[in-house]
Amino acid sequence: MGVDEKARIGVFICHCGTNIGGVVDVPKVVEYAKTLPNVVYAEANLYTCSSEGISKIKEGIAKYNLNRVIVASCTPRTHGPLFRTACEEAGVNKYLFEMANIRDQCSWAHMHEPEKATEKAKDLVRMAVAKARLLKPLEEPEIDVTPSALVIGGGISGMTAALCLAHQGFKVHIIEKGPELGGMLKHLYRLYPTMEDASEKLNPIANAVKSNKGIDVLTSSVVKQVKGFIGNFEVTVQRGNGENTNLNVGTIIVATGAVDFEPVGMYGYGRYDSVITQLQLEQLLKKGELKRPERVVMIQCVGAREEKGRTYCSRICCMNAIKNALLIKELYPEADVYILFRDLQTYGREYEGYYLDARRGFIEFIKYTPERPPEIVSELGGKLTVRVYDSLLGSDIEIESDLIVLSTPLVPHEEAKELSQVLKVPLGPNGFFFEAHVKLRPIDFATDGIYVCGTAHSPKDTAESVSQAFGVASRAAIPLALKHLRTEAITAVVDENLCSGCGTCVKLCPYGAIEKDDMGIARVTEVVCKGCGVCAASCPERAIAMHHFTDEQVTAQALAALGRTFV
Amino acid sequence: MTFEPKIVAFCCNWCAYAGADLAGVGRISYPTNIRIIRLMCSGRVDPVMVLETLAQGADGVLVMGCHPGDCHYIDGNLQTERKIKMLKKLVARTGLEPERLRLEWVSASEGGRFAELVKDFTSQLKEMGPSSLSGEKPDPNILASVLAAKATAGDFRLRVLVGKEKGLIEDGNLYGEEVTQKELDEIMDEAIEAEYVRNRIYLIVKDQPLSVKGLSKRLNLDSRTVLRHIVVMRQKGLVTIDKIDGTTPLYTALEVDK
Repeated sequence: MGVDEKARIGVFICHCGTNIGGVVDVPKVVEYAKTLPNVVYAEANLYTCSSEGISKIKEGIAKYNLNRVIVASCTPRTHGPLFRTACEEAGVNKYLFEMANIRDQCSWAHMHEPEKATEKAKDLVRMAVAKARLLKPLEEPEIDVTPSALVIGGGISGMTAALCLAHQGFKVHIIEKGPELGGMLKHLYRLYPTMEDASEKLNPIANAVKSNKGIDVLTSSVVKQVKGFIGNFEVTVQRGNGENTNLNVGTIIVATGAVDFEPVGMYGYGRYDSVITQLQLEQLLKKGELKRPERVVMIQCVGAREEKGRTYCSRICCMNAIKNALLIKELYPEADVYILFRDLQTYGREYEGYYLDARRGFIEFIKYTPERPPEIVSELGGKLTVRVYDSLLGSDIEIESDLIVLSTPLVPHEEAKELSQVLKVPLGPNGFFFEAHVKLRPIDFATDGIYVCGTAHSPKDTAESVSQAFGVASRAAIPLALKHLRTEAITAVVDENLCSGCGTCVKLCPYGAIEKDDMGIARVTEVVCKGCGVCAASCPERAIAMHHFTDEQVTAQALAALGRTFV
Repeated sequence: MTFEPKIVAFCCNWCAYAGADLAGVGRISYPTNIRIIRLMCSGRVDPVMVLETLAQGADGVLVMGCHPGDCHYIDGNLQTERKIKMLKKLVARTGLEPERLRLEWVSASEGGRFAELVKDFTSQLKEMGPSSLSGEKPDPNILASVLAAKATAGDFRLRVLVGKEKGLIEDGNLYGEEVTQKELDEIMDEAIEAEYVRNRIYLIVKDQPLSVKGLSKRLNLDSRTVLRHIVVMRQKGLVTIDKIDGTTPLYTALEVDK
């Protein structure tokens, strides 16, 4: 540790045309840089990021035998990689590079105070030098990738993703909890808005999966344990017969689906035979067992969009209700069908058209408010009377009905929590699997090499699940196709002599990158570590160091900022 | 010449640092007093670093991370929050104003907010005046206190309490019993008080052997409290009796590898 006495630092200060040079007195900063310890060379460039500027860095490294490089210019967030590569090409480890942001933080933000901006630029260069003297070269570990994938869940999402990967030539294992493939689609009758038979959609894909030699299907099986990291996951699968099977895979796709919420106790469900869920209606339609109803009332948002608990919209129920209403009308045109809704989710042009079809097909839509939800007010001879406050009419309406269908949301599997712990990936507030970032990484988990698609992630319909499955297959294929991966060198490292095995870091690491070994000592799996440094800043024994952002380096920057001498 | 406070800011790479970049790109001006240190996550900010920065005379320390829920590292920023909460309590005991330390959330799209926060903090510090530890002649008592606070922040007990808070709140204790934030805060307050005083004692007797009475006078604490700490510190092998002055024992610090 400590300052590298042999550090030979070169400082390249950029004018950025007039962006920096127009405000900051660059020659003055160059002269100042030359006075700083270990700085053996400093120069100004018109544009350090131009090809000329990059050659200047490389020439400087060769001519002055530089082993540390500082560029004082713009933000490392955009230009850091370019300069790091230049260093690497000239034989200086890229982690021996440091940047001072004298444009975004100086000339641009303080354009009306050129003198103060120049002083600040000098400070920022001094801080960079303070850090650079303490920098250490780092190597990025390279790992091999096992060219196979695990798909957890054999529904439409999982099978689609598996086929996609198999077609690209990768070995795929599907683990299905149930006795056969098919998932939720097995229970469905027709799909909106095309009205195609669910089995027509499902069967060709299920058959393709079964006949594909690249796909191994294990039914009645669950994932018990997952060890390892991207490229090298070791998975223990528990089979229906109690035996364990071990698999080695490079990437993992979670496609475990969701289940239908059972509204026990709501609207007389469980008490009256004529109160059923949309899924039960769908099954009656599928089997041709739906008796001729006189008047059907469908109630939307049953157990969904609640104040607490299931706060979310299940997204598919509105379209599903419209579809089933149309199917009833097709079968029994004289039956009345009412849909009592809060807000209609018939998004997009296609679904909106479908909704208009339903209105033209004489399906009655009544908007209720959550403050005055529909209620069942009486029962007589198997017929139930539903009272609803029509918020558009501004008055109560009573409907006598012989079939009440409750639209209930998709809810996460009970086993989702256990699987999330096995995989060390998070569940969101509603209990569905939680992606790394809703916009930037919508189908990745924060943990590299594990992805999510279908209704395991959130309620969605078949078409959406399938398109997400395609997305996930292409994400999961990238590391498999690359065969080797380089991972971040900015990682945590435990000093085993200091570690007391308290386990604080194990709990705090958001990536499960730290485990205790047989001796109870914390060990960092480098390739899983993302370099946040939370463990280092929290370790009770201060036994963890963070590469490239060590306590010493950060503190040296802080002291340099205050103009305290380099110590 | 008007007083220009020196502010050291620890910014996470993904949100706060990006917010500062955006302020620059948008040519939104703010006071020149701030010096930014880029970290990958605000969760990297070690309480010891913050106290060292204050001890070395920073007029203000600003820690900035992603808004809760937006952290690039899932919930590193929530750990930052826990650390800063502990730090403020610790700083409050030193005689240095805890308002010199501030935690703020800035997203990558909030260039304007970044500039506003820097403006606000700078004017707040201008109003407060220079830190007692800035300049060539720092207040020796406050410096001694802040150094004791720094030692406290580096010790096992507070670090383990802050580090275990997440687990205790999420999963309950070892027996599966729920632990409330209030209970944890009480434990933390007690620990901060005890550990801080012990570090004060340790650093004082390291320089000069003193009696319980002498310590009690220096620390403005009743002698029973001091004695209680001395007993614990003797058990832990931190202090020992240097000599007996008449009938009064004088205590001195033992060399320990901290």
